[in-house]
Amino acid sequence: MLLTGSLLAVAVALIPLVYLGVRAAEAGGERIRAELLTGATAELAATSLALAALVTAGCLLLGVGAAFLVTRTDLPLRRTFGVVAALPLAMPTYVAAFGWVSVVDGFHGFWPAALVLTFCSFPYVYLPVAAALRSVDPAVEEVSQSLGRGGRRTFTGVTLRQIRPAVVAGGLLVTLYVLSDFGAVALLRVNTFTRSVFTSFDLGFDRVGALVQATALVVVTLVILGAELAVRRHDTRYAKVGGGTRRPARIVRLGPWRAPALLAIVAVAAGSFAVPGAALVRWTAEGVSRPGSPAEIAGAAANSMGVSALGAALTMLLALPIGLLTARAPGPLSAVLDRLTYLTHALPGLVVGLSLVFFGINVAYPLYQTRWLLALAYATLFLPLAVGAVASAAALSPPSLEEAARSLGRGPWAVLRTVTLPLTLPGIGAGAALVFLTCMKELPATLLLRPTGMDTLATELWTHTSVAAYAAASPYAALLVILSAGPVLVLARRALTPGGTP
Amino acid sequence: MNALVVRAAHKAFGPVKALDGAELTVPAGSLTAVLGPSGCGKTTLLRCVAGFEHLDAGEITLGDRAVSGSGRHVPAHRRGVAVVPQDGALFPHLDVAGNVGYGLDAAQRRSGRVDQVLELVGLAGYGRRMPHQLSGGQQQRVAVARALAPRPRLVLLDEPFSALDAGLRAGLRADVRAALHADGATAVLVTHDQGEALSMADQVVVMHQGRVRRQGTPLEVYRTPGDPWVARFVGDAVLLPGTAGGDRVPTPLGELALDRACHDTITVLVRPEQIRVTPPDAAPDAVAATVRGQLFHGHDVVLDLRLDDGTPVTARVLDRGQQLVPGQRVGLTVDGPVHAMPGPEPVAG
Repeated sequence: MLLTGSLLAVAVALIPLVYLGVRAAEAGGERIRAELLTGATAELAATSLALAALVTAGCLLLGVGAAFLVTRTDLPLRRTFGVVAALPLAMPTYVAAFGWVSVVDGFHGFWPAALVLTFCSFPYVYLPVAAALRSVDPAVEEVSQSLGRGGRRTFTGVTLRQIRPAVVAGGLLVTLYVLSDFGAVALLRVNTFTRSVFTSFDLGFDRVGALVQATALVVVTLVILGAELAVRRHDTRYAKVGGGTRRPARIVRLGPWRAPALLAIVAVAAGSFAVPGAALVRWTAEGVSRPGSPAEIAGAAANSMGVSALGAALTMLLALPIGLLTARAPGPLSAVLDRLTYLTHALPGLVVGLSLVFFGINVAYPLYQTRWLLALAYATLFLPLAVGAVASAAALSPPSLEEAARSLGRGPWAVLRTVTLPLTLPGIGAGAALVFLTCMKELPATLLLRPTGMDTLATELWTHTSVAAYAAASPYAALLVILSAGPVLVLARRALTPGGTP
Repeated sequence: MNALVVRAAHKAFGPVKALDGAELTVPAGSLTAVLGPSGCGKTTLLRCVAGFEHLDAGEITLGDRAVSGSGRHVPAHRRGVAVVPQDGALFPHLDVAGNVGYGLDAAQRRSGRVDQVLELVGLAGYGRRMPHQLSGGQQQRVAVARALAPRPRLVLLDEPFSALDAGLRAGLRADVRAALHADGATAVLVTHDQGEALSMADQVVVMHQGRVRRQGTPLEVYRTPGDPWVARFVGDAVLLPGTAGGDRVPTPLGELALDRACHDTITVLVRPEQIRVTPPDAAPDAVAATVRGQLFHGHDVVLDLRLDDGTPVTARVLDRGQQLVPGQRVGLTVDGPVHAMPGPEPVAG
């Protein structure tokens, strides 16, 4: 029952990937070769990979640095900076790019895009590394020092080694994120795979070209995922051995480095959040006073919420059996199913959207140009978020609790009502809220799949920014940032609490 | 009257036979300890009795009611068998009173039963606390109170003390035993801890490889385990081969009195505390041995000795301040009759 549901859910989630493969195969090897083996494709690949590499390096530097300063030093106001450093997550990349473009003239091209993407995505490294630094047992560091290793050698030899899994995982997230990003590179006019696919498709004259490029992007993504898997297999798990309470870690005195450190973290905060934020505030004041604007904004917000609610509902429906299966019957099969959902999560939203457009036109025409197809795209993209929430919620009600309840004379339904649901509903609800907000921010798949005439906050922002109507675009951007801030604050607090999950 | 009877219980998980013909009888009002090493099937037995697992074959009867066997499986919530899991498994969203009252209906809850069992486990006045505000020991007390509250036919305790530290454990064992007795409950305690089983239970059942090897009072199981494996598992044992002639048997430790007459190749069980250590030649029938080492436990000392023919022997003596050093010569005598077990000792226990 649970297994059938899970298999069905994974099958639905894999539709875009499989259909993309089918279409690419139909195009034929000859055509693919003609499309791919060109100077233009090589240039696209070079730009995409260079951008991903540069941004990943920058994020590792900023992320690990900020995490160290905030968790292990006597930096002034480090608790505040701990939360501030996570805030860029609340800024969709296309909003940040728009913020910068609207204050700096001629802000476009490769280097500005790298800057914006680094500022937007370094929290993907910062949050897990901060959590890992918090959970490293100080006793291990003390042992290293007692064996004659000084502070610096202990840090590189013991501490860094223990947080390495978190660093690698964060770096991988950034790489995949940059490869799949569409909004920022499109606004800042950098020719990457995603932008090129969109242009080929949107101009309508080269659908096969779009398909082939999308497939190439998927292959690059899969290669990176595979490399990560291979690396992780060699990586040991760093569990704490034995019981006992953990003491907080020792604090490093910055001394003369205090002022430069403070300056650096303030600069990062300014670049990642303050500059685009200030731009939004400035333009929004003008934007909302335009005639007719409040009604338009309200309409777009209603559309956003409607389609996001639909997407979140569908996502949770698909996630429930998989999450319950991984929590209750862990095994090789449930692990594979769980991994498969991550596969589509790593796909660029643009690719998922494109594949579903073709799927809608050729296979499921009644769904084409309806909200259902867009909801399906959301479900495919964000399934792992929901599966994780369901699985960790289910873990809050372990089988031993339900057995204890049954042994006290309560039947299965009574146990479900009095024990299982009260314990799991909050977690599942939080997961649904997270998926809902993530759907609200999604841009590329929404652009491709929304029914004609339906505007959402994200697409309105896109439309207005493309024609440089900054004042008109700003209210949408501001609303998106506000909506995204809530879950980010929750995430940041979790990562910065001792014992929080990395 | 027996509260629980298990007959010829079989249960396999794939190729692993967890229960292989287990037999068990639990008298009403008693505390029975099911003792065995990990993997012996004792937890499976408990889960089958609770109704969480189906038996492959065999029969389980609670009082006069058959609950498992011959195609029948009464579901867990209709058995009246309350469990106390290893980790307590308190409902985290309910306070202590809510947890304890979980198995009661509204009228019973108002009857004062909740306060009554809380007092039994020494937690009177804790009703409004939440589980996370309690220490590990207190959580286990609540779990016991919760199981007692609906007056089940049987309370099953699954290693309830193993997660607690040693200092806490002793006190909690005594309190839980007192609470179970005061409430007249019938209980089965599953444990791998010999001391726990021997000190708490009215009856000890030793399990090994899915079968019950020995069932009896703690004293019977310790003194007359019946086979060498059980003898070693429930305590320190010196096992000696011998060929009995009537009620005496010649052994490397001299000619010893048996607890029963027999005429066969037997294995003799000498408990280390039965061995007296004297200066050499102090007694005429003493056997000479050499001290090889000692483990000091405070209240007593465990001596590692070797007889002149090479037989290793362990002796437990009260510490009276005498100094024994490795290499020192001593004489050994054996107090009281020793237990005769059929057959030569198997090579691997």
